[in-house]
Amino acid sequence: MTTGHDTTAASPSTEGGAAPGRPPGDAAAVEKERRHRARLSRRWQRDVRWSPYAFVSPFFLLFVAFGLFPLVYTGWASLHKVELTAPTDMDWVGLRNYTRIFDDEFFWNAAQNTLTIGIISTVPQLLMAMGLAHILNYKLRGSTFYRVAMLAPYATSIAAASLVFVLLFGRDYGMINWALGLVGVDNIDWQNETWASQIAVSTIVIWRWTGYNALIYLAAMQAIPQDLYESAALDGANRWQQFFHVTLPSLRPTILFTTVVSTIGASQLFGEPLLFDANKGASGGSQHQFQTLGLYLYEQGWVNQHLGRASAIAWTMFLILILIGIVNYVISRRLRASS
Amino acid sequence: MRASTRIRRKAVVLAAVASLGTGLLAGCADDGDNESGSSNGGDGSGKTTITLGLFGTFGFKEAGLYDEYMKLNPDVVIKENVVERNENYYPALVNHLTTNSGLMDIQGIEVGNIAEVVATQSDKLLDLSKYGKKADYLEWKWQQATTKDGTTVGLGTDVGPMAICYRKDLFQQAGLPTDREEVAKLWAGDWKKFVDVGRDYQKKAPKGTTFMDSPGGLINAILSSETERFYDASGKVVYKQNPAVKAAFDLTAEAAEDGLVGNQTQFQPAWDTTIANSKFAAMSCPPWMLGYIKGKSKPEAKGKWDVAAAPKSGNWGGSFLAVPKSGKNTEAAAKLAAWLTAPEQQAKLFKVQGSFPSTPAAYTMPEVTSAKNDMTGDAPIGEIFAEAAKNAPVQVIGPKDQIIQQGLTDNGVILVAQGKSPAEAWENAVKTIDNNLDQ
Repeated sequence: MTTGHDTTAASPSTEGGAAPGRPPGDAAAVEKERRHRARLSRRWQRDVRWSPYAFVSPFFLLFVAFGLFPLVYTGWASLHKVELTAPTDMDWVGLRNYTRIFDDEFFWNAAQNTLTIGIISTVPQLLMAMGLAHILNYKLRGSTFYRVAMLAPYATSIAAASLVFVLLFGRDYGMINWALGLVGVDNIDWQNETWASQIAVSTIVIWRWTGYNALIYLAAMQAIPQDLYESAALDGANRWQQFFHVTLPSLRPTILFTTVVSTIGASQLFGEPLLFDANKGASGGSQHQFQTLGLYLYEQGWVNQHLGRASAIAWTMFLILILIGIVNYVISRRLRASS
Repeated sequence: MRASTRIRRKAVVLAAVASLGTGLLAGCADDGDNESGSSNGGDGSGKTTITLGLFGTFGFKEAGLYDEYMKLNPDVVIKENVVERNENYYPALVNHLTTNSGLMDIQGIEVGNIAEVVATQSDKLLDLSKYGKKADYLEWKWQQATTKDGTTVGLGTDVGPMAICYRKDLFQQAGLPTDREEVAKLWAGDWKKFVDVGRDYQKKAPKGTTFMDSPGGLINAILSSETERFYDASGKVVYKQNPAVKAAFDLTAEAAEDGLVGNQTQFQPAWDTTIANSKFAAMSCPPWMLGYIKGKSKPEAKGKWDVAAAPKSGNWGGSFLAVPKSGKNTEAAAKLAAWLTAPEQQAKLFKVQGSFPSTPAAYTMPEVTSAKNDMTGDAPIGEIFAEAAKNAPVQVIGPKDQIIQQGLTDNGVILVAQGKSPAEAWENAVKTIDNNLDQ
């Protein structure tokens, strides 16, 4: 028994103590170990503290390189006379590029076009998107197919779409004028008449973005609790009343979101009017009748090669966008407060 | 069962990712190739790839010149990258030159831009005077691409001596003569007479046709025969004060008001359709236009065109080949550029593509003297255009010629064809041009 006890008692001393095996300078090793641990722990702490920044840094580095720097540099260039043919030769002109915008009728013409095209493309677009989403929200056979089909225009490249629309809207051989001819409407010069050309450009925008917005509305609609509809139905509300009194109020944040996004998109409108122009210039039609701000910026910078002027236009557009953002914010606060 | 579907699904995903990835990589590789332009082949065969950035139809490939050069120089591979409209090509070229990236080994430059390139980009381009032989080229053509201190930044490919191409069948139906000598006599010496012939045509015109294709074509033809247009010899912008420009504008506006020109913009799909459907009877026509007409016409239009001397000889178009210094194979590129623009090759190019040589030595070569064109039957186009080239004025060209011309055309005379008054159209054009020129 005792031997048994001895062995069990001795075993810790031989194993756990390990004294004979270990070198005499034990304290040093422990200290080293402790320091190692501490170092590891410090490193771990640093790791925990700084790694997240490293993880998010790619965005910020890219933003600085491709977002902030161009923004600042554009601001700097806008205070100079500088031409594309020699971008490093800059002549300081102060605010001249900005002051001249005030009497630049082409700028204001472009601003006005941007506004009208923005309105006649955004409003019908969002209304149609709402209607489509409402229909898709019913139980339909093959609903996935319709949803994918709605997104197809959005997936098409602007260039391809615009070129097709140019053919459709052709004055002499276009399909739309042909169809209008069947019902007795004379050929409309879609390129050269102010309203006709703006409507044509808007059509491209509407075609491209309606499905996209419809899917956003659809997603929001499906998040509306079903019991709201049930109780509305119990109260005797018909489909329309349900739509106006249940669906629309619930969609308010979504509507606001799509409005803001569409407004920004409309104010940056560029590809459609550029490709719609028969002259393949950037003047937005012979009389600048559908020249948007984006197009005017491009014309000044890349066709006429006046980088300084173009930079000033870019910054002015930026300021206008901020203004629109503030207006949107105020309106949304009002709406929220009223609800 | 489930495991196997999962594996299969995984395989499908992997395949999709892989194909996407290779697609992306291929895209990058392609890009890189364009960018460096001339990395040594990349296929490990040690061949030198020379890339050309061109616009419109230079026709080197169509005339078989690349193949011929590659046969002569087995270690060279030639690739071209063509943009259809110079208005899209040129801004990108300037951008590439100023940033020294994205350039091809050889870049084409249109005559409307050469003054600006010479003035602002000559330090980025190789001096080609060692490669091309100055004596070969028309004196003024060589001079256009040469800086004051004697650096030649581009070798001339072609010039555009201008004549009038007309439809014999439509002229006949309208009761006009069809013989090219007689036709030329109708309007010899004065563009006003040309517009008057248009009035005669319009009186008995076949239904749905106009005398000329577009206001832009007419004003360009008139302006092309002027020595001084938008800039004076000292380099000052004078387009507003120059009576020749206003006269050209007014005459074109008059023709547009009277419905003698179609409401079209040249080189647009709708305009192409008017060629295909024989909707007009005459157009101002440098040799290269014959190639364009051929490309856009229906087969039955063959041989129905003819070429008569223009009221006044002019020059429309013509290009240069330049070699950016930043390329990796500037030496090989310069040699190719010189070869492509040498008289023998220019003569071949004229035979196939109708680009008229900028090297007088080519004018006596059989390819030019005996040149015929499908569209114009047996008209001796070589002789007609050589005569026009001799009589064309040596034009003063300025850095912003293209912007001014485009303003006068696309923002000017076209409006008259759309029903605006000439005065309104002129005002719109001037406002646009002045705003575009203002730095």
